[in-house]
Amino acid sequence: MTAPAAPAGVPAGRPADAPAGSKAPASSEASPAVAGRWAMAMRAFQFWLVNYRRTWRGTMYTSVLSPVLYLGAMGLGLGSLVDKHHSASLGGVSYLAFLAPGLLAAAGMQTAMNESTYPVLASVKWLKTYQAAAATPLRPADLFRGHVLFTTMRLFMNSLIFLVIMAAFGAVRSAWVVAAVPVVVLTGLAFAAPIDAYAVTREKDQGFAVLFRFGMIPMFLFSGTFFPITQLPAWIRPLAYITPLWHGVALCRELSLGTAGLWSSLGHLGYLAAITLIGLAAGVRTYQRRLYV
Amino acid sequence: MPDADILIAARGLTKRFGDFTAVDGIDFELRRGEAFGFLGPNGAGKSSTMRMIGCVSPPSGGELSILGLNPVLDGPAIRARLGVCPQDDTLDVELTVRENLLIYGRYFGLPRRVIAERTARLLDFVQLTERADDQVDPLSGGMKRRLTIARSLINEPEILILDEPTTGLDPQARHVVWDRLFRLKQQGVTLILTTHYMDEAEQLCDRLVVMDRGKIAAEGSPRQLIEAYSTPEVLELRFHVSDHEQAAEKVANAPSERMEVLADRILLYVIDGDAALAAVRALGLEPLTSLVRRSTLEDVFLRLTGRRLEDG
Repeated sequence: MTAPAAPAGVPAGRPADAPAGSKAPASSEASPAVAGRWAMAMRAFQFWLVNYRRTWRGTMYTSVLSPVLYLGAMGLGLGSLVDKHHSASLGGVSYLAFLAPGLLAAAGMQTAMNESTYPVLASVKWLKTYQAAAATPLRPADLFRGHVLFTTMRLFMNSLIFLVIMAAFGAVRSAWVVAAVPVVVLTGLAFAAPIDAYAVTREKDQGFAVLFRFGMIPMFLFSGTFFPITQLPAWIRPLAYITPLWHGVALCRELSLGTAGLWSSLGHLGYLAAITLIGLAAGVRTYQRRLYV
Repeated sequence: MPDADILIAARGLTKRFGDFTAVDGIDFELRRGEAFGFLGPNGAGKSSTMRMIGCVSPPSGGELSILGLNPVLDGPAIRARLGVCPQDDTLDVELTVRENLLIYGRYFGLPRRVIAERTARLLDFVQLTERADDQVDPLSGGMKRRLTIARSLINEPEILILDEPTTGLDPQARHVVWDRLFRLKQQGVTLILTTHYMDEAEQLCDRLVVMDRGKIAAEGSPRQLIEAYSTPEVLELRFHVSDHEQAAEKVANAPSERMEVLADRILLYVIDGDAALAAVRALGLEPLTSLVRRSTLEDVFLRLTGRRLEDG
């Protein structure tokens, strides 16, 4: 990208503190200020990145401590009890090896929901930084995609950290687990894209509490993270199948245990991708409606 | 566009929100290099007009051309050439002064080197150089407003849009902002601003429209408007609250072009204020206080709408 030339026709005798020229630069169409959609989204992404520079240390504690605590308490502690009973429904692996990939996927959901609720409402309502950005060449859709990009980065970072800790706990059975990182990213995006789209329409944060209480927590508990959903009553199982988290948990687990089949994997990926795409389409509309009134 | 010096042209521009018409078919033109104002009370439709010009609010009707482009189709290209200083500061208060300008410059696709160079110049201009690396949150209202002005200049805009630039600032901070805006004007920056302060409009605007309830009530330079809609001098009389109404009836007998009875004062629009005061005294009235002053845009607004600017 090249620097735009100083505005043509600025009077030569302008005072030294002159900050701006009113005289028109000749070409507007060739302005580097307007670029392709991903270049524009990258500018919005940088906003989040600059903000993250001051908060990243704090998030690192959560990203590291949370897997250590969960894998320690549930995987090793609770697992030592579970493993005494040689539960067949775990597929013949230790509880730790069963649980870890499930927690990995669930952590993706958590990261996504944290990033797509309060930060979005703050941008549109409390700080109005979205309105500030909307006065520049960026369009609402660029701001939306920029935030999705940032969430993608956070998901990637957190799942990588989780994976390293998981491996240190000896909870990995297959090298295929590396492929779980992009799966977690996709699982997270299946939450982040639609919730971004919803959050930008809000005036208050009350809806988020509902989302966390009646969405995230039940999913965290009943989507196969802690026990196979075959343990659930048959009539309630379809409810688990439609949650994006179950697809993320199931696929991460199959990859970590080395049991992933091609068609079932594609099924999970397709489901998560479909929800993400719907969320992306919705967000472009809701951002536009909120910021262009 | 036939005339390259007309930067904004609006014909019958309308903005509706449901049943409410915020902007009701206004016509105006903005010429290169001028400082053009929208004077009116809160709710007159000024901010809605600014948002349409800023290409963040599609018009409901009429025509709007900005820099020869269509704001609905060419929003990004137009916004690349505008500077917007909104009514709320919309700064990222968690970042530093410098980071706010960096982010904003990046939104315009400016390289970091260019942003750094302009940041130094702009912070000097708005007198915030010493605060460059401080967080924005603790800055005073006046400083935040000056930073918002600096931010709106990062892309060297052809038109600077200021929506109520000094609303909410204390008098001293207002004067600092006015001084900076006046300097920009002197440098030839094209300004378009809204205000409900008549002194702000008089100080900064070469030409302005008086806006009321979505419509333009009058247009001209501050001087032209005062000449057209008011008298050279105004005599302000204040009586005891209990005598106010009675006095108003009597004052009506004194010769004047026009009389306005406000809640607390009586205004007599006259050519010679001292002569008018003598005439009032000749009627046997002795006001608590009397003031002879020149007409202002406030008087123009009162004449055009029957209300005062602050009343909204």
